[in-house]
This record gives sequence, structure tokens and C-alpha cells, in this order.
Amino acid sequence: MRIFDPHIHMTSRTTDDYQAMYDAGVRALVEPSFWLGQPRTSPASFFDYFDALLGWEPFRASQYGIAHHCTLALNPKEANDPRCTPVLDALPRYLVKDSVVAVGEIGYDSMTPAEDHALAAQLQLAADHGLPALVHTPHRDKLAGLHRTIDVIRESHLPPEHVLLDHLNETTVKAATDSGCWAGFSIYPDTKMDEDRMVTILRNHGTEKILVNSAADWGKSDPLKTRKVADAMLKAGFTEDDVDKVLWRNPVAFYGQSGRLQLDTPAPDTLHEGNSILRGGE
Amino acid sequence: MLKSRKELDAELDGAARAWLDGALAEAAHDATAREAARSQADVGAGTTPPGSPYASPPWELRYAAAGRHCGPAHADSVRSLLLIEARAPLPSVTRLYEQGTAAERRAVLLTLDRLGLGDRALPLVEDALRTNDTRLVAAAVGPYAAAHLDPHAWRHAVLKCLFTGVPVDAVARLGERARGDAELARMLRDFAAERTAAGRDVPADLRTALALALTTPAAPTEES
Ligand SMILES: [Zn+2]
Repeated sequence: MRIFDPHIHMTSRTTDDYQAMYDAGVRALVEPSFWLGQPRTSPASFFDYFDALLGWEPFRASQYGIAHHCTLALNPKEANDPRCTPVLDALPRYLVKDSVVAVGEIGYDSMTPAEDHALAAQLQLAADHGLPALVHTPHRDKLAGLHRTIDVIRESHLPPEHVLLDHLNETTVKAATDSGCWAGFSIYPDTKMDEDRMVTILRNHGTEKILVNSAADWGKSDPLKTRKVADAMLKAGFTEDDVDKVLWRNPVAFYGQSGRLQLDTPAPDTLHEGNSILRGGE
Repeated sequence: MLKSRKELDAELDGAARAWLDGALAEAAHDATAREAARSQADVGAGTTPPGSPYASPPWELRYAAAGRHCGPAHADSVRSLLLIEARAPLPSVTRLYEQGTAAERRAVLLTLDRLGLGDRALPLVEDALRTNDTRLVAAAVGPYAAAHLDPHAWRHAVLKCLFTGVPVDAVARLGERARGDAELARMLRDFAAERTAAGRDVPADLRTALALALTTPAAPTEES
């Protein structure tokens, strides 16, 4: 079984996670740039983070046989902080990088005017760079936030098939799929969305343009949720081909619209003793 | 490892070749424009266009996109050709390194010895040697490091290769610089003792480097 996790924050995860993900079948992932938990206070802090997503983190992933791509953006939360918004001016020089496969995560957090501006500006950047966009839907007031998000996407130059609406659930899936966008579901250990509810959604809505991710980060989360959904699908009677479509071919098709996916990862036997990660920084 | 223009032309398809032609022309144009500007006024700096502090000359955007137009396997060679064609001055080289992905940084490191920068680009090599990314470490110990790293930094670079599993074959002019280096020999012996004390094997590369360091300096006929 081959798995592509289309949304996971590996800078917050350990090498044990990489190993467990590889063992579970994960061969590719996309790491969206996001909030660090601790607020940033300057654009330079973003640049170091973007550089890590373009440098060190792909190196770590490659040591475990996993292809690493990223999406870059000013995230919705920090779009409200004037100390951070100059990042928007610097994004063009990052969006030309080979392993950037989308603009993201963008979207709404508290639905403020500053978030309106950052969302519209970054949808335009995506259109200008021939990139799709990963759009997060807000955790609070989700359905209203989704409708407003879809309105902004309609007004943008980015076609809906270049947009992945993420963190959906039973109440938002219909509006999301009706919009023509791709639909992403983040499976969490607690209540937001679990693997059995995901299977029910797949039963009701089919597997077309649906993506499943772990969204694992520094909070309570599980980087193996993609595999757990795959297992739950098989148990519920979905075929191996259905699983491959949702957990590999759909994310490849979505991010492949960037023309930048490189999925020929080195074999994991390049891992050797003396490796700089195993040694942990000397 | 780095391919010539001729070798690339033989391996790239038509679209990639056309892209490379365009990119090299932009790089050459930038070099010409810069030199013309310098002969008019002594600017001496790189070619950051006016306006946004984040703006770059067009060939630098091509530099970033090389992997997806010419294939990741050819990206190092293409980027290296661009740097040479642009006769990239230190500010450009530094910007491309500091703002680059790991692959873009590697191509800068691999080309430093061909850009006529003297020892002024050493901070980039030192930066790469501080990382734990073996692709950067390996690219940092090439001919430029052999020519310009001082003895202390160079010895630590050799040790870093042994620590991180970068083959010492990557170290340019290893035999020549290691020969008769008693301090390097001491460091390598201490490292071997540490490994042995920990019940771990002494890597074959360590023995190779140690043998070179123990060679007497009075062997001027030996090629490195
Ligand atoms: Zn996220």
C-alpha cells in the first residue's frame, strides 16, 4: 500500500514518526507552512522556517525514503499581525522553488479584514505562479467560514479545481464539493474527524476529488491516521484501488497540477550508521 | 559530476535545451549589463534591481526553477553553468546561497572555485559545514575549501565528514593537505579511540585519512 499524506507538519515530528510512517506505507507527503504555536515576531522568522521546509526537512524525509514537498504562505492567524504581513512581499521569491507544490495554508481563522486581504492576495499569487492553493477552513464558525472562503475563491483568478479546501467534516462536505474544489479531511485522534466517520463520508460522497490527511503537528495528533483510514476503508468493503485513489492518486493529481512533484525517492537503504540524523547534531 | 554544456545538450530534450538556452542568455546579458554599468560608475556590487528588497534578476529565477525544467539529475550542472555564464559576483552568489533550497545551495558550493571570488565566499562554505545536511557538507569540501580553508577549519571539515558519513573521497586534495598534518592525525586518533571506547567500529575512511596524515611531508613526487 502506498500512501501520500497531503498535509502534515513534519518539523514538529520526530525521526521515529518518519520510520513509523514509512513502515505504514507513507512514501510522499506535503508539509504546509503554518503557525508554530508560538507567535512569530518578524518576517525573518518566516524565512528561516521556509528555508527549513526547503532544506533540512526534505533531507530528513529522504533519509527515511519519503518524498517531501511543501506549500508556503502567510498563515491565517498571523495574517492579523502587522509584524508578520510583510512576508507577503517576499513570497514570490519562494514560490519559484522546485519543491513548492502549492500556496498554503491560507484561509480564515477569525474572519477579519486582514485575513480577507491575505487570502485574496495569496490566491492571486497562486494564480500568478501556476500553483494550486491549500485553503484551510476555520475551526470556529466553520460553515459560515467555508461559505465566505468559497466566495473569495470565486472572485479570484484561481479556478476551483486548483483549490483544496481542508479540515472539512460532515457539515461542510457538500458545500465544498459543490464548489468544484477538492475536499480535504484531517483525521485527528479526538473529536474533529475520525476514520470511521471518514469512511461514512466516502460511502456517501464517493472517492472523487477527496483527500485524507493526518494534519499531524505539535498538538495531539497521529501521523499514522492516513494508514488507519486506509485500513478502515478496506474493512468497510472498499477495494485496494479505492484506497489507492484516495490515499495516493488523488493527492498526486491535486498537487501534480503544480508540475513540480518529484516522487522518485531514494531507497531507504541509504540510511546508514554515521548518518547525521542518527547522530543527532554532534 | 558537473556536466558541461555539450554533455547537457546531448542529454536534455528539446524543450529543456531551449529553456537552458534562454536562461544562459539571460545570465550572459546580466553579466554584460553589470560590467557596462561598472565601467560607467564604479558600482562594484551585484545586480539587485531597484524596488522590492526581494527582487532578483531574471536569471536568478531561472536558477531556482532549473530542476523542474531540466530534471533534478541535471539541476546542479545547469545551475553551475548559470553562475559561470553570469560571472556571478559575490552579492549574487551570497543571495543565491542564503535564499536557496538545499539543492540551490549545493550548486553554489560546487561552483565556488570557478567564479574567481578569491577567499571572499568562505562564509558560505563555513555555513554549509555547520549544517548536518550531508549533501551540503559533501559539496562544501570541494576544491574551493581545499584552496581557502585555514588548517583548523579544514581539519574540522574532514572530521565532520567522518562524523556524518560523507565519504572522504568528497574532500578535494585530501592527500595533499593531510600529508604530514600531525594535528589532524591526533584528532583522527582521538576520534578512533572514542569510537573504540564506545564499542563501535572505526570507519574505514578514518583509517584512510589517518594513513594520509601520517605520511611524511617529504614526499613531493606523490600526486594528490
Ligand atoms: Zn495544518
